[in-house]
Amino acid sequence: MIKILKYSFYDLMRSRWSYVYFLFYLLLGFVLLFLNNELSKAVITLMNVIIVLVPLIGTIFGVMYFYNSKEFTELLLAQPIKRSSIFFGQYLGVAGSLTMSLVLGLGIPFALYGLFESNAIWDFSLLLITGAFLTMIFSGLAFNIALSNENKIKGFGYAVLSWLFLAVIYDGLFLMSLIVFEQYPLDNFSLMATMFNPIDLSRTLILLKLDISALLGYTGAIFKQFFGTNLGVVISLIMLSLWTLIPVWRLGYKSKRKDF
Amino acid sequence: MIQVENLHKKFGKNPVLTGLDLNIHAGSIFAVLGPNGSGKTTLIKTVLGMVIPDKGIISVMDSPVKNQWKYRQQINYLPQIANFPGNLKVLELIEMIKDIRQMPSDEAQLIARFGLEPFLDKKLSNLSGGTKQKVNIVLAFMFNCPLIILDEPTNGLDPLALIRLKELIFEEKAKGKTFLITSHIMQFVEEVSDEVVYLLEGKIYFKGSINDLKVKTKQTNFEHAIAAISTY
Repeated sequence: MIKILKYSFYDLMRSRWSYVYFLFYLLLGFVLLFLNNELSKAVITLMNVIIVLVPLIGTIFGVMYFYNSKEFTELLLAQPIKRSSIFFGQYLGVAGSLTMSLVLGLGIPFALYGLFESNAIWDFSLLLITGAFLTMIFSGLAFNIALSNENKIKGFGYAVLSWLFLAVIYDGLFLMSLIVFEQYPLDNFSLMATMFNPIDLSRTLILLKLDISALLGYTGAIFKQFFGTNLGVVISLIMLSLWTLIPVWRLGYKSKRKDF
Repeated sequence: MIQVENLHKKFGKNPVLTGLDLNIHAGSIFAVLGPNGSGKTTLIKTVLGMVIPDKGIISVMDSPVKNQWKYRQQINYLPQIANFPGNLKVLELIEMIKDIRQMPSDEAQLIARFGLEPFLDKKLSNLSGGTKQKVNIVLAFMFNCPLIILDEPTNGLDPLALIRLKELIFEEKAKGKTFLITSHIMQFVEEVSDEVVYLLEGKIYFKGSINDLKVKTKQTNFEHAIAAISTY
C-alpha cells in the first residue's frame, strides 16, 4: 500500500493542479491577513472559505483522479498486490496531497505573520484539522461514487450533487424544519442534524471554539453547552472520524467485488 | 498449472461464461480461440482475479485463487489494450513495475530486442500503438515467471517485432514455461500453439491439437477449420 501511496502522491505532486490549489491558499492567506490585519479575524473569514471550498475541491479532485488513473489501476490489478491496497493507496495519495496543499498554503502566511506567538494558534490548528478531515471525508465519498459509476459524467454529476446537498441544500432543509416545527423542543433534533452533516459539524465546532456561538442563533446555547465541553469536542471528532472511516470501509468492500 | 471448474460469469443479464471447465498443464502453449464476445478475455481475467466469477473454482498451481493475490507473483500478464498512465515515461514505468514486483528482471535484453532504446525517455501518451504494445511486451516478459498470459499479443506489431515476439515465446517455452494466448491471427496461433481451446457460448466447444481440429472438421487449412468448427 505504501508503494501505491508513494506513486499516487508523486503523480499528483507533478500535476499542475496541486500547485494551483497550494498557490490559491497561499494567496488567500496573505490577502486575508493583509485585509484583516488581525489573526483571529482572518481565521473566521478563512473558516467560511474552507468549510465550502475544501469539500468541493476534495470531491472534484477525488472523482477526477479516480477516473484519470483508470489505466494505472488496471495495470496494478494484474500485479501481485492486494486489491484494497491499490485503492487505499490511491485514496491516501489524493487526500494526503490535498491536505498538504491546504496545510502548507495556509500555514506559511500565518506562520510568517507571527502565528506561533499569538493565542489564535489553537483556533487555527482546529481549522486545519477540520480542513484535513473534510478533505479526507469528501475525497473518500468521491472515490466511492466513482467506483460505483462506470460512466464518468454520471459519477461526476453525483459527486457534485452530493457536495451541493451537504454544503447547501442540507442547511436549507434543516432551517425549514426548524421553522416548521418551531413549537416543539428542537434541541436534540438540531444537535443530531448537525452531527449528520460533516460540513455543519465542522462549522459548529470552529464557531464554538472561536467563542462566537451567538452567530448560531437560538440553539447556540445548547451547542455551547454540548460542544463547549470536552465531551462535545470528543464526540464531534469521533463523528468526523466515522464520516471518514465509513466511506473508506465501503471503498475496500466494494473494490473487492468489482470486475475490471 | 491452471484448473477451472464450472466457471460462471454474467455481466448484467448477459451470460458470458456458463459452466466452463478447463485444465491446463504445465510446459506448453495454449491458444484460447473463439468469436468476438465468446469470453476469452473474461476467462483470462478471472484467472488473474481481475474479474470475480459468479460461481466456480479456479486454481493456479494447485491453490484456489479466490480472494488471493500472492499467486500473481507467478504470472506475467500482457493486457489486450496497452493502457498506461500517460504522464509516465517508459523507463519510469518499467522501474515502477520492478519496484512493485520486487523480483529480478532482465528488461535491458528485451528493450534491445524490440528496439525501444530511443523511446525510453518519451512519455507513454506520445507513443504510437505499436510502440506501446512493445512496451507492454517488455513488461510482460521481463520477470521470470512460470505462467505467461498474453491477450492479443500481436496487436499493432510490425512484421519484425512479430518475428521477435515469436522467437521470444519459443525461447521461454524452451525454459519450460506455460503460455495462455488469445489471438485472432490464425497464422500466429498455428505457428506457436501446441493446443487450442475453442470457446463458444461460454463453454469449451473444442479442446485439442491443431491436427485434431483439422481432422474433426475435415479441413486442411487451420483458418478454415476454425471457421468451420462453429457450424460443425
